[in-house]
Amino acid sequence: MQRREFLLGASMAALLNACGQPAGFSSKPPLPPGTLTEPARLLGHRLRQKDFPAPTETRRVAVVIAGGGIGGLSASWRLQHAGCDDFLLLEMESSVGGNSRAGSNAVAPYPLGAHYLPLPPPEARAVRRLLRELNVLKPDGQYDEAYLCHAPQERLYRDGYWHDGLLPSLGLGASERAEHARFHDQIAELRSTRDHAGRRPFALPMALSSREAAWRATDRSNFRDWLLQNGYTSPALHWLADYACRDDYGTRAAETSAWAGLHYFSCREGEGQVLTTPGGNAWLTDGLKQGLKQGMEGTRSAQLQADAVLWRVTETRHQVACDVYLAAENRSIRILARELIWAAPLFLIPHVFVPPRPEWLAALAGIEYAPWVVVNLTLSAPPETRAGVPLAWDNVLYDSPALGYVVATHQQLRYAPAPTVITWYRALHEESVRSPATPLLQMDRAAWAEAALRDLERAHPEIRQTATRIDVHRHAHAMIRPRPGSLWDGRREVFTRNHGRVRFAHADVSGFSLFEEANHRGVLAAERTLTRLGVSFNTFL
Amino acid sequence: MHAPLLVSVFIVASCGLAYELIAGALASYLLGDSVTQFSTIIGTYLFAMGIGSWLSRHIGGDLLRRFIQIELLVGLLGGISAGLLFLLFTLHAGPFGLMLYGLVMLIGILVGLEIPLIMRILKGEVAFKDLVAQVLSFDYIGALAVSLLFPLVLAPHLGLVRSALLFGLLNALVAAWALMLFRTRIGNVRGLQVQCAAVIAALVIGFALAGRFVSLAEANLYAEDIVHAESSPYQRIVVTRWRDETRLYLNHNLQFSSRDEYRYHEALVHPGLAALPGARRVLVLGGGDGMAVREILKYPQVEHITLVDLDPRMTEIFRTSPLLRPLNGDALHSPKLTIVTADALQWLEASSEQFDFVVADFPDPSSHGLGKLYSTAFYRLLAQHVSATGMIVVQATSPMYARESFWTVVTTLEAAGWQTAPYHALVPSFGEWGYIIAGHRGYQMPKTVPVPTRFVTPDALPALFHFPADMARVPAEPNRLDNQNLVRVFEREWGRLQGH
Repeated sequence: MQRREFLLGASMAALLNACGQPAGFSSKPPLPPGTLTEPARLLGHRLRQKDFPAPTETRRVAVVIAGGGIGGLSASWRLQHAGCDDFLLLEMESSVGGNSRAGSNAVAPYPLGAHYLPLPPPEARAVRRLLRELNVLKPDGQYDEAYLCHAPQERLYRDGYWHDGLLPSLGLGASERAEHARFHDQIAELRSTRDHAGRRPFALPMALSSREAAWRATDRSNFRDWLLQNGYTSPALHWLADYACRDDYGTRAAETSAWAGLHYFSCREGEGQVLTTPGGNAWLTDGLKQGLKQGMEGTRSAQLQADAVLWRVTETRHQVACDVYLAAENRSIRILARELIWAAPLFLIPHVFVPPRPEWLAALAGIEYAPWVVVNLTLSAPPETRAGVPLAWDNVLYDSPALGYVVATHQQLRYAPAPTVITWYRALHEESVRSPATPLLQMDRAAWAEAALRDLERAHPEIRQTATRIDVHRHAHAMIRPRPGSLWDGRREVFTRNHGRVRFAHADVSGFSLFEEANHRGVLAAERTLTRLGVSFNTFL
Repeated sequence: MHAPLLVSVFIVASCGLAYELIAGALASYLLGDSVTQFSTIIGTYLFAMGIGSWLSRHIGGDLLRRFIQIELLVGLLGGISAGLLFLLFTLHAGPFGLMLYGLVMLIGILVGLEIPLIMRILKGEVAFKDLVAQVLSFDYIGALAVSLLFPLVLAPHLGLVRSALLFGLLNALVAAWALMLFRTRIGNVRGLQVQCAAVIAALVIGFALAGRFVSLAEANLYAEDIVHAESSPYQRIVVTRWRDETRLYLNHNLQFSSRDEYRYHEALVHPGLAALPGARRVLVLGGGDGMAVREILKYPQVEHITLVDLDPRMTEIFRTSPLLRPLNGDALHSPKLTIVTADALQWLEASSEQFDFVVADFPDPSSHGLGKLYSTAFYRLLAQHVSATGMIVVQATSPMYARESFWTVVTTLEAAGWQTAPYHALVPSFGEWGYIIAGHRGYQMPKTVPVPTRFVTPDALPALFHFPADMARVPAEPNRLDNQNLVRVFEREWGRLQGH
């Protein structure tokens, strides 16, 4: 009997082993090749020391735009549409786009940051104008099918099963489902509510939101508390709220302004459709910059100067003196401008303006940024689905500190499975770049590649076998955090005003990092600049 | 007292052979190459029985009790073997060969224990020479019974999964019967009764539910001989032959039967091409079997045909197989033909070629990937490749069984700016099948069909374009890439059909 049992046991063990062991399980394959990129961090740090050569040349221009992210590009786009071509856009990196940039390899372009634009609400007039201009929003009000995210849009991995949508569809009790329905109804009501002035409680752009105290008061509490105070206890709903805050703001729900949380859920209409491309939002960057005269390096007519660090700004009665370090030439030039549009992150202000205005410094106290890590994995075959709904564009893991991944080839017109690039996102919600020790951000490419693989292989055990490249993009100041109180305590609004010859045009001015906000701030700053220059225009806003 | 045990021998032997045949059939179905599969399965199984017989000497104590327990274990493992292997194969749960032969070994070892045990149980009651003669005769008679029953009755009518469960049940019933007869000679009868009841209940429930588990295609397949089976990077290609009928299955779905494919392909090509006397350049998307090309080549004015198929294995098999080449009349060797191996969407995006007639003969929209080939985006892309007077024809599933799906494709074409002419034809292997001709301008039915045809003749044409009430147009939403509603509609309609 013992021998028979032994034999049985041995063959069962062999069988189980054979079932549970994909080829090569026992020996991890070596990490595939890849690169580590990050925004010009060293240049940024030099900025604090003002460690740059003195200017050797003086140029004049009507408007300097500092920063070539979406805010600065939107400002240049607006100036050009008013026929104002006498401006120079300065970008510290070698390419513009800020968070809306893409990388590319033989398989596909892939995002390095922002990767989608939700269908804009009617209030986002400048965004809609841009989309019409790019012929993505058609005259009949329909969007170009190539840009609308193809079905299936999103799915959630929970308990070993891929669920359709971001709220699990199975395994929830009746009371939890009822709570989700109630939350859905409450959000729908917020979307349709208008105050006495006809404003939405939470509008996009956020500057158009209701000014009534009751709505603004939600800024003082955090989003998790708001949910609890409104009787929402469902773990799945709290997870969704937390995920939304980590995804859009880089913070936990418990550390996010409830105003920002409610804004996320209620500022738009429709069913959450988004526009996306393999390269994420880089197509919007390209659309905004298409009219820019790049010119030859250093020529007068160029409207864009890349690899340029604006390291000192001195304001006089008649002009703004901008000292700019040109990295490629290793020298500085002085640009005398009539107007300055500051479209760089606000935290740089104290290091550049001489002297910075005291009210700016006061308003900047407590400002906080979320670091981000974006890992692009090139795969020889699409991720496999063991159980549940098929591969979507956005694929989220329920019990993960990361934000899941998007599939760069999802929008490609092809029907057969083929090599792909997936983009794995991780907001470092645990960390703040204000504190000097940021261990997660210090992790090297290998460590982040390993972290991404470990996170993904729970749902896709084959991922180590299919990954052929892993590229890591680290970003210390990826986006400003809407902490409780940060939106409506009066300090942020300092930057929405005119300050002599200087205007601010970054999403930081809105208090959270959205394409629509950056675009609004850029267009608004440009239009105020046009007014000061005496150029007539019809507003885009 | 020994007559019942001899009956048991008969049943036990039947079951033993049945598991072996089922494993062999399953292996040759799933892995192809039936001679190899049957040889290795039978060899492994006999070897495992040998191990079982050898191990039987280590079994002592209450032999009847052990016999009943082994019967139950064989019944359970053998009974679920086919279903389990199917499941493991479809789930890609690991190296399938290992699991298949592991299970065959396990069952073989258990079956190998049975006969020696019975002989030892009967040893005291019968003289040895009679014992050996009787037990072995019943063993071989049982084997003969099953070897005849399995291919003629069981596999075609019950399918593999249910046949296995049936034999498992027989094993368990033998155990129950033996328990009843010898209850006075066995200790702790209650425990064995519970075990018997549990195994029988499990197998009966499995049998009742197996119908849902086994697809119609499977039952069909086992009545036929597999003459070619392979897995390309994109699909499983299986060619079967039964008498003079050849069939092609892709991913277990019937693509054509040589008996009536002429109806499908004549209906696909002639209503459109006969109306285009000026057609010089033709594009075929999908259709790597060359049948549509065969029909198109009947038109002498066609100067060039481009065939775009994703799977190079398909065009290769249909270009080279001596069995299949006669079916497409060697169409894939035509000097007018260029074969392109590409994803149709990618190829159309990259190409700037124009065509007078395009045949879109893709698999049904059963996944989001395939659904893209029936989307407004695809039909807009296609429009850029069709000359001003040109036409396309789209295979669009069955207006009978998937009525809303069919009219969804019509609506999608119209939303993409095409003028449509839907029609249908009866293909016995498929049932009523639907096609849509579409052009930049409206379609005019031709007065004649200028080439030899067996099914699409001028007098038969008007009936094709008439839709009886049960297939008439229903309202539908266009299938866009961002909603892919066709995939959902098709899944609902086809799922409903397979549900009963």
